[in-house]
Amino acid sequence: MAGDAKKFLYVNRKAPHGTIYALESLEVVLIGAAFEQKVALAFLDDGVFQLVKGQNTKEIGVKNFANTYRALGDYDVRELYVEAESLAERGLSAADLLEITHENDAGEDVSSLRIVDRAQMAKIMSGQDVILSF
Amino acid sequence: MKFAIVVNEGPYTHQASDTAYRFASAALEKGHEIMRVFFYHDGVNNGTRLTVPPQDERHVQRNWSELAAKHKLDLVVCIAAAQRRGILDENEAKRQGKDANNIAPGFRISGLGQLIDAGINADRLVTFGD
Repeated sequence: MAGDAKKFLYVNRKAPHGTIYALESLEVVLIGAAFEQKVALAFLDDGVFQLVKGQNTKEIGVKNFANTYRALGDYDVRELYVEAESLAERGLSAADLLEITHENDAGEDVSSLRIVDRAQMAKIMSGQDVILSF
Repeated sequence: MKFAIVVNEGPYTHQASDTAYRFASAALEKGHEIMRVFFYHDGVNNGTRLTVPPQDERHVQRNWSELAAKHKLDLVVCIAAAQRRGILDENEAKRQGKDANNIAPGFRISGLGQLIDAGINADRLVTFGD
């Protein structure tokens, strides 16, 4: 399968809570990981809030699934692109984000987060076979 | 061309399902193939046969069911999203100990793997939603 695997990009554009899109998007990513395709995630617009560290959902009575992003490396999901402009527009920086790593081919833990600008994000999108936008 | 369609919004609140239906109808008319329509998020609510819209309004669920019957479409409702929102077929109702089911004709309940499979096997995957 590896030879003709398709490139899947999951685009996350919504805040983690308030609507269910972020949670159900993550469910697709986890199921999709079993299909041996090339998988990357993109976070833009309010979607960058999904990766903010220190989330606490206790007072709103919904599941806090932020730590699931940290497990993506175990599912061989190694590329999480975060749009720089979306972060800046919301007063966020890389320092506000969860630490998300994967083990590289040399056996070292390296960050899966890649901050890219809007133009780079457009290029990343145009290089995909399948884009699922949530 | 071989299309797959994703519908991410429920009927009536949002136009996504109507637009997806029109896209599917037009594509089929032009001789294209629709290999699957996958209903996710609130989109699963398009697959309940218990909707009773006013008679002078379009019937979103019936439109899909009729299109499916005419063209042998594969209308798939995501099981995880469906369970959250109370869309059940006979098997699921039995398995969950519920006293009724509501899946509409032409729809079937299956897993998210069907969405990934559609992405892999269709030439184009087209999403309708916010």
